[in-house]
Amino acid sequence: MSAVPTRSVWTPGQVGRVAEPVLEIKNLSVDYGFDANPTHVLRDVSLTLNRGEVLGLAGESGCGKSTLAYAATRLLPPPGMITGGEVIFTDRSGDQVDVLSQSDQDLRASRWQDMAIVFQGAMNSLNPVHRVGRQISDALLAHLPNMTKKQAMERSADLLDMVGISPDRLRSYPHQLSGGMRQRVMIAMALALDPQVLIMDEPTTALDVVMQRQIVEQIAELRDRLGFSVIFITHDVSLLIEIADRIAIMYAGEIVEEAAAQDVYRRPRHPYSDALLHSFPPLRGPRRELGGIPGSPPDLANRPTGCPFRDRCAHVFDACATVHPELVTPAVPGDDPRRQVACLRHDPARVAAGGYEPVSVPLELSIR
Amino acid sequence: MAIDLTLLEDTPDVTTAETTTSGKRRFVFLRNSKSFTGFAIIAFFVFLAIFGKMIAPYDPNALSTDLLMAPSSSHWFGTNQLGQDILSQIIIGTRSVVIVGLVAGVGATAIGVLVGVTSGYIGGIGDEGLSMLANVFLVIPQLPLIIIIAGQLPSAGGLTVAAVIALTGWAWGARVLRAQTLSLRRRDFVEASRASGESTWRIITAEIMPNLTAIIASGFVATVVFAVLTQTTLAFIGIGDPYDWNWGTILYGAQNNGALDRGAWWWFVPAGLCIALVGMALTLVNFGIDEFVNPRLRSIGMNARTLRKRGIRPRIGFTPVVYEAPGASARKTELNHSEELAVQGIDSANGRHSKENRA
Amino acid sequence: MRFFVRRIVFYAVTFWAAVTLNFFIPRMLPGDPVSALMARFQGQIDSHAKHALEVLLGLDKQTSLWQQYVDYWQLLLHGDLGRSFTYFPTPVAQIVSQALPWTIGLVGFATIIAFSLGTIIGRSIGWKRGTWADSALPISAFFSAVPYFWLALICISFFAVRLGWFPTNGSYDRSMVPNWSWEFIGSVIYYGFLPAATIVIASISGWILGMRNMMVTVSSEDYVTVAQAKGLKERKVKTQYASRNAILPQVSSFALSLGFVVGGTLIMESVFSYQGIGATLFTAVSSHDYPLMQGCFLVITLAVLVMNIIADFVYAALDPRTRQEG
Repeated sequence: MSAVPTRSVWTPGQVGRVAEPVLEIKNLSVDYGFDANPTHVLRDVSLTLNRGEVLGLAGESGCGKSTLAYAATRLLPPPGMITGGEVIFTDRSGDQVDVLSQSDQDLRASRWQDMAIVFQGAMNSLNPVHRVGRQISDALLAHLPNMTKKQAMERSADLLDMVGISPDRLRSYPHQLSGGMRQRVMIAMALALDPQVLIMDEPTTALDVVMQRQIVEQIAELRDRLGFSVIFITHDVSLLIEIADRIAIMYAGEIVEEAAAQDVYRRPRHPYSDALLHSFPPLRGPRRELGGIPGSPPDLANRPTGCPFRDRCAHVFDACATVHPELVTPAVPGDDPRRQVACLRHDPARVAAGGYEPVSVPLELSIR
Repeated sequence: MAIDLTLLEDTPDVTTAETTTSGKRRFVFLRNSKSFTGFAIIAFFVFLAIFGKMIAPYDPNALSTDLLMAPSSSHWFGTNQLGQDILSQIIIGTRSVVIVGLVAGVGATAIGVLVGVTSGYIGGIGDEGLSMLANVFLVIPQLPLIIIIAGQLPSAGGLTVAAVIALTGWAWGARVLRAQTLSLRRRDFVEASRASGESTWRIITAEIMPNLTAIIASGFVATVVFAVLTQTTLAFIGIGDPYDWNWGTILYGAQNNGALDRGAWWWFVPAGLCIALVGMALTLVNFGIDEFVNPRLRSIGMNARTLRKRGIRPRIGFTPVVYEAPGASARKTELNHSEELAVQGIDSANGRHSKENRA
Repeated sequence: MRFFVRRIVFYAVTFWAAVTLNFFIPRMLPGDPVSALMARFQGQIDSHAKHALEVLLGLDKQTSLWQQYVDYWQLLLHGDLGRSFTYFPTPVAQIVSQALPWTIGLVGFATIIAFSLGTIIGRSIGWKRGTWADSALPISAFFSAVPYFWLALICISFFAVRLGWFPTNGSYDRSMVPNWSWEFIGSVIYYGFLPAATIVIASISGWILGMRNMMVTVSSEDYVTVAQAKGLKERKVKTQYASRNAILPQVSSFALSLGFVVGGTLIMESVFSYQGIGATLFTAVSSHDYPLMQGCFLVITLAVLVMNIIADFVYAALDPRTRQEG
């Protein structure tokens, strides 16, 4: 956090620091549906967010990236249900708590102070019948019993000022604000209690490109100033390259690759990450050829055996049909040992254990 | 009329409702237990309406010496002050109720579709005018209007009553259909067929109408409820032919011949129950349609008892955490339900309960 | 402002439509029975009153339709609704104005109680979805389909005839002279209790179901989840976020279904022989008192319009979006 940014968008990859986890999601499983045949939308997903870092979570829509964020905060609406796992939150003082086993009372008390969320559509995230100021200050008043209404309003004004909105907007109703302003209000609201983790679910999707860029820069600047950690969810990988330190790629409710942002960008190891990178134009840098990903993600209600991506994969081989890939270090010499990928091309041991002949890593997935 | 049709206006995505999970949703409202109960009750009354003459034990007009008898084995629902059999009157009267309900429902729905779809599709001044007309008809109290019209007609038979109900009761349906058509008209598939030069008539019948089916059905059902209530109300206050038996005329007779003071409950209880049963059945059918149209209202797998058994308390903002068979986190299909359920969510749920009680 | 202008235009048009409807109904229906009734009063009626009745009932066939229409409006604007046949020669306006306060008191009070109570109950049921509260739905469906007048019959036979707790009919003790004493007011409350309770029971389930559905729909809006994510108290999320928004469509459906509810409750008056507009209307219908029928209809429509306007003001006060300029 001491790093002074030289540009408005910070240089990604503070890899050299000692990683101190603030949020650890361990083997999280989520079902959708309360009846006898639920859909298993997340299966044993593990993910770690380190203090002060921006972790990007990317994937096509429906891959479970938002579900992961909402389940980790227990905000998933019915008929969503958490069926296994732990979500360990580590306080600044080092105290640990499992969000999933917290009582409702404790959870309610810790919300917004520990973790805050900026939702996808800013229009729907604000209560249309209350003034913006009231909506920011009620979060403050709920957690700071000694605060007076006047103090809460003053603090709300400061927060708005921080995200570049004139404090007289406190008296505006949501419908009187533009889309970009509403999203800034949501960010101001999320920062009201100085949270340690900020989860942003596609915060810029509904905005135009200029506004997207402004918001992203703002988040970057605030992160450097206030030192919170961010989970940034988006389907736009090129946006993540700009702001994330680390990127996790999700597919069909599983994490298929996780690595430093530059590594994902320059040296993708999973065929899906590679395909995803080629489906968005980069915000800056050299132009490259775009290509969609043929086919569509599997139906989670009847998940195929083996690798979920095999039907769309250019590098599929016989083992993919039956052996389910797990996260391992890529089989490319010289790779960062902390990065992980779930692809059988990188896991000859598992392929051999399944009784198949291992196949080497293709050239495209072993770029140095 | 209890169905809140305004709801439909707030959920413009009728088409997406169908695509939520594959095509099996298509007739989901028939498999819905509420709708099924509704359909069963309606089928029973339709059966009575068709075969009533054969089933009825007596001629409903036949006088007898059993004056004002309480229910017995010879007269299941007792007799009135003229010794007429009340069960037979109810059975024979079913036909008139069903016919008036159907005719008025079809008529009002037809007018509603015509006005609503036209107004939503043409837009502009025409739309303003037509929706104003619908709103005027909504605000003017229908029942007094119907009473005035029917009361001034020299003879108000069943079909006349049905026609008057249809002419005054179409506005709800029109209003909802207009809102829906308006949102459909801006959809890509409609814009596309308009751009490709399809005729207006074809766009309306082939592109728009199929997407309105659920709403038309729900409007129809609601209108039938309204028609049944209105018809029996009119008969009850003595408008119409007292020898054209329907459930309202029975109640009219009961009220005007002192059934209340004489404690002859069998005279008015069954007829009213029949009206309420038909109304409830239709309302239940509409619950099913509503849940079909507005996925948020669906409660698939939300049966209160099973949820409680599994320790799930569905709430916004507090996702239930239920570790079934600890450690084996839904990894494979071997979810052993007979295993002890390690219920994590339940104590937190209880904690909340007690907290609420204190508050 | 736009919202209000639109609403004012709407109410003006509705009022005009109701009056015009009232003008055309007797003219489109066969007039013979009316002429026959008029003949009964030949000689007892002065020429001015006779002309008024002819205008109201459409017997002035020799003048042009437009002239009839103008005459009709003139009469109405002077508050002349003709003479009642049944209570001849009392003017209809006088009968109606005597009956109206009773109806406003009974139906208005009971409807507001039913609406408030139903909204509160529906709010809880919708919020506690997937619990025992859902079993209230089929019960509500049943009650929403019960005919009002039948429920009145049941209540009278049980509470008034069998138990003798309440009088079977009337609106106050006939041995008293209406005045503002506590004794008389007590009598009015005593006589009004059963009809009011019946109206509440009959109409409450519609409000319960409507609010429940809105509550379920609104609960899945993002801002409710945001409120939970902020760690607000459950009560605050429920009242200030969920139900505060769910009530908006509830208020607009209150305005729209008022016509229906009022129609139903008027019949209660006739069952309870309660001396309001409803009972007057039914007396008029059964004795073919056409001028009185029309007068009642006009007044009922006007009352519903006024309640609609009030509901609109409430809506505007609740929803900031309607107050938006432009």
